[in-house]
This record gives sequence, structure tokens and C-alpha cells, in this order.
Amino acid sequence: MIAHAIFFYTFSIIAVVSAIMVTASKNTVHSVFFLILDFISISCLFIMIGAEFLGMIMLIVYVGAVAVLFLFVVMMLNVAQQKNQWFAGQQSSKHIPVGLIISTLIFVEVIIVIGGWKYKPEIFDINNSISQVSISNTHSLGQILYTDYIHVFQISGMILLVAMVGAIVLTFRQRSGVKRQSYIKQISRERAEGVEVLEVQSNKGVKLDD
Amino acid sequence: MEYLSIVFQEVYKILFLLVPVLVSVAMIVWLDRRVWAFVQKRQGPNVVGPFGLLQSLADALKYIFKEIIIPSSSNKVIFILAPIVTMTLALIAWAVIPFSATQVLADINVGILYLFAVSSLGVYGIIMGGWASNSKYPFLGAIRSAAQMVSYEVSIGVIIINVLLCVGSLNLNDIVIAQQNMWFVIPLFPMFVIFFISALAETNRPPFDLPEAEAELVAGYQTEYSGMMYAMFWLGEYANILLMCAMGAILFLGGWMSPIDVYPFTLVPGAIWLILKILLLFILFALVKAIVPRYRYDQLMRLGWKVFLPLSLIWVVLTASYLFYFNLLPVN
Repeated sequence: MIAHAIFFYTFSIIAVVSAIMVTASKNTVHSVFFLILDFISISCLFIMIGAEFLGMIMLIVYVGAVAVLFLFVVMMLNVAQQKNQWFAGQQSSKHIPVGLIISTLIFVEVIIVIGGWKYKPEIFDINNSISQVSISNTHSLGQILYTDYIHVFQISGMILLVAMVGAIVLTFRQRSGVKRQSYIKQISRERAEGVEVLEVQSNKGVKLDD
Repeated sequence: MEYLSIVFQEVYKILFLLVPVLVSVAMIVWLDRRVWAFVQKRQGPNVVGPFGLLQSLADALKYIFKEIIIPSSSNKVIFILAPIVTMTLALIAWAVIPFSATQVLADINVGILYLFAVSSLGVYGIIMGGWASNSKYPFLGAIRSAAQMVSYEVSIGVIIINVLLCVGSLNLNDIVIAQQNMWFVIPLFPMFVIFFISALAETNRPPFDLPEAEAELVAGYQTEYSGMMYAMFWLGEYANILLMCAMGAILFLGGWMSPIDVYPFTLVPGAIWLILKILLLFILFALVKAIVPRYRYDQLMRLGWKVFLPLSLIWVVLTASYLFYFNLLPVN
């Protein structure tokens, strides 16, 4: 039990500290690295409560894909230029009220969830019933996702697909004057249309492309 | 006291796993260069030790005694962290590889997800190294590798789903045992081919070695590295290649099981079969390096997103329909 507690507090302290560092560090790339550290320690916490599937999916999706794209974008931005704009303290006052409202909302939501857990435990009985079954985490998740909640699951997948298509449509632009490689054209090219054998007469030469 | 003995036991097991992995990484570098040389009708490294077997040791010694140069304008912490991350990630994945039904360090329920997660984290070493060097060539290499590894991971994930449909479990030992009657390479042969090519791209091997394309980017993300830090990148890369070979052997070639279930073959311990299969896949890796020219970057992206991803997705639908129609879905 002691080892369990040590691990729990280590991971949660790392998670909280790195979450603070995400907002506190001046360098954007460092922020993303702290975000990654946060994701990793949270997935460790997931694994510690026995939700190994969630922990691994967290690693694969957030750390392996989302954060890589974050890093990709942040590194491409001209960070030095932004430092002057963002950290000069002139424009930032406009964003503070909005940020405060959103963070208060999230805080209230967290209080509601934790309070409900504390004072109305019967609401969460459905969750407890799953973990008591002696099958693995992944199996129980699959059994509940693909039976009781199949429609919600499918709809959320559809929403993600629509969001992806929407993002592509919004950012897609057809550029003119770009030479594209057509593989079918290349492969189906015959010798007859590509090569022409000419008799070259001396002192006259050949004229091409007239 | 009890804790201590458990810790010692685990440390002993870990050392017993990692030391052979590190030694075989050194040997595999030699094998890679040998195969490469033989395809090109050269001798390859054949001077140090019998058949040049000790070449990698000599190289390692050279790297150890070289000076580590840290560029003055680099981000020093991340610069030093990058090769460590690469190496660590390449080694921790071996914890779940089963060498026989019982010989596995951590027999976890989500073994294949763990492998996939660790291999998808491998990109961080390269990005960190490329960015922290604060130089143009490493940065370009890092960006290339980020895009490339993310793209090919997607198709590897879908291929893993194909295998999992036939197994019904995420445990690596279950995956191996499910291939008792038939290796998955036979029914899922197209997926095996796609997995092999994606593994080449995932480990930045030729023909997909664009992150370190020496003709354009000097050495890509490792341009600014020297001495032992460069060697760690190198070791991590080869450990990753071995890991991908092991993953291929477990997913498609029956892992530690003997090819034929007859008496003299079943006597051979599972670890040896697994090592032979890993070697077979690695020699294929080395052959590809020797005979195929490097891809152009847009062709690489096209291959990942427009060919492999649709193909493997269609194959998921086919596998699922086949299993469902013939009532072969694994149910526990």
C-alpha cells in the first residue's frame, strides 16, 4: 500500500506541477513539452487505478498523435516574434475576463461532478457494477460501448468525421499552375509517344516542338 | 526487506533482458553492414575480430572516447535529453515481448497497445534533438520525421486492428497462441506486406530515411550530435528496428511458436524461434536498404495516406465481415 501511495503522489505532483508549467513557461515549445509530461503522468495515474486501456489510449492518442502535431505547429510558428506581442502585457488584458469566465465554469463543473460523487454515490453505481465483473478492462469497455451506448458511440464518431472533413474543406485551396505528378499517366506512357527517331541530315539539324 | 528482494529480483530480470538486447543491437549493426556489403559485392567490415564480428565494439569504443560537443546556441537540456529519450523508449518496449508462454517480463493485458504507444512516442527523441540543435538541417529533419512517423503510425494501428479482430485479446501471448493452427501471415498476407513497409517508414530506414537523408540534410536531426550522444541515437534506432521486427514476428509469424508442431521442433525453446524470426525480418530490412532507392517526400506521404491507409481500412472491413459471416469471431 505504501508503494502505491508513493507512486500516486509522485505522478500526481508531476501532473500538477507540469500543468502549471504549461501556462507559466515563457517558451511555447517548452509549454508543449510540459503538456506531454502532464499527459504521460495522467496516463500513469489511469493505469494505477486499473484503467489500463484508457491509460494506453491516452498515450497513443494524446502523446503519440495530438501533442506531436502541437509541437509541429508550435515549432513552425515564429516564436520570437510572438514573444514580443503576447508577453508585452498590452493586449493580454482583453483576454483575461474571457479566460476567467471559462475557468470559473470549468471549476463549477468539477465541483458538481465531485460533489455528486461524494453525496449521491448511487448515481455512480452503474460505473461500479462494471469494475466488479472479473473480465479485463478492455472487454468491459467494449461490451458497454458496443451494446448500450452504440448509438452515442457511432454519433460521436460521425461528429469527429464531420469535423475533420470540415477542417479540410475550410483550409483546402486549389492552387493553379502547380505541376502534379499523375502516376497513371506515367505508367501508361508508351514508347511510341515518348521517343521519336529522326534521320538527321548533316548541316541541317532538327527542329523540335514547332 | 521483502520489498528489497522483490526489487532485486526484478532488476535481475530486467538486466537479463536488456543486456542481450543491447549486445544484439551491436551485432545487428554488423549484420546490417555485412548484408548491405554482400548485396553490393563488397566484403563489408571483416577486419576486427573473426568475420569482423567485433567491429561494433570497436566503433562503440571510438564513440566513447570522442568529445561530446554541445552547440552554444542550442537548448542544452533538451539537446541532452533527446538521445536519452530515444534510447529509453527503444528499450522499455522490450518489457512486454514474450519469449515463451512464461518468459515475459510484464505480461500485461494491453501488451500490443503498450508496444504501439511506445513506438509512437519514439518520434519525440528525433523532434527534440532536431529542435534543440537550433540549426537548419536538424530542424528540417525533425519536421520531416514528425510528419512521416505520424502518417505511418496510422496504418500500423489499423493493421494491428486486423490482427486483433482474429485474436480477440490485446495480450501478446494470446496473439501468439491464436496462431497455433495458422500464422496470420497466410490469411493477412497483404497486411503483412503493408506492415513491413510501414515499419521501414516508422524506423526511418531506407528507402524512407528522409529525416537523415545525407544527400540533402547532411545527417538530418543528428547533424549536431557527436560522441556518445550520437551513438545513443544510433543504438536507439537499431533497438527500434529490432523491436519492429519482433512486433512483426509476434503479429504475423507466430512469435515464439515453432513453425511446425512436430516433436523435434517443439523441443527448441521459444526464445530461439522468436530470435530466428526477428533475424529473418531484419535481414529483409537490410536487403531493402541495399536494393531500393530513397523515396521523394511527397511520394512518401502519398503512399502512407492514399495507398496504405485506405487499403488497410478496407481490409479491416473484409476481415470483420468474413469473421462475422462464418461465425469465426473470437468470443471469450
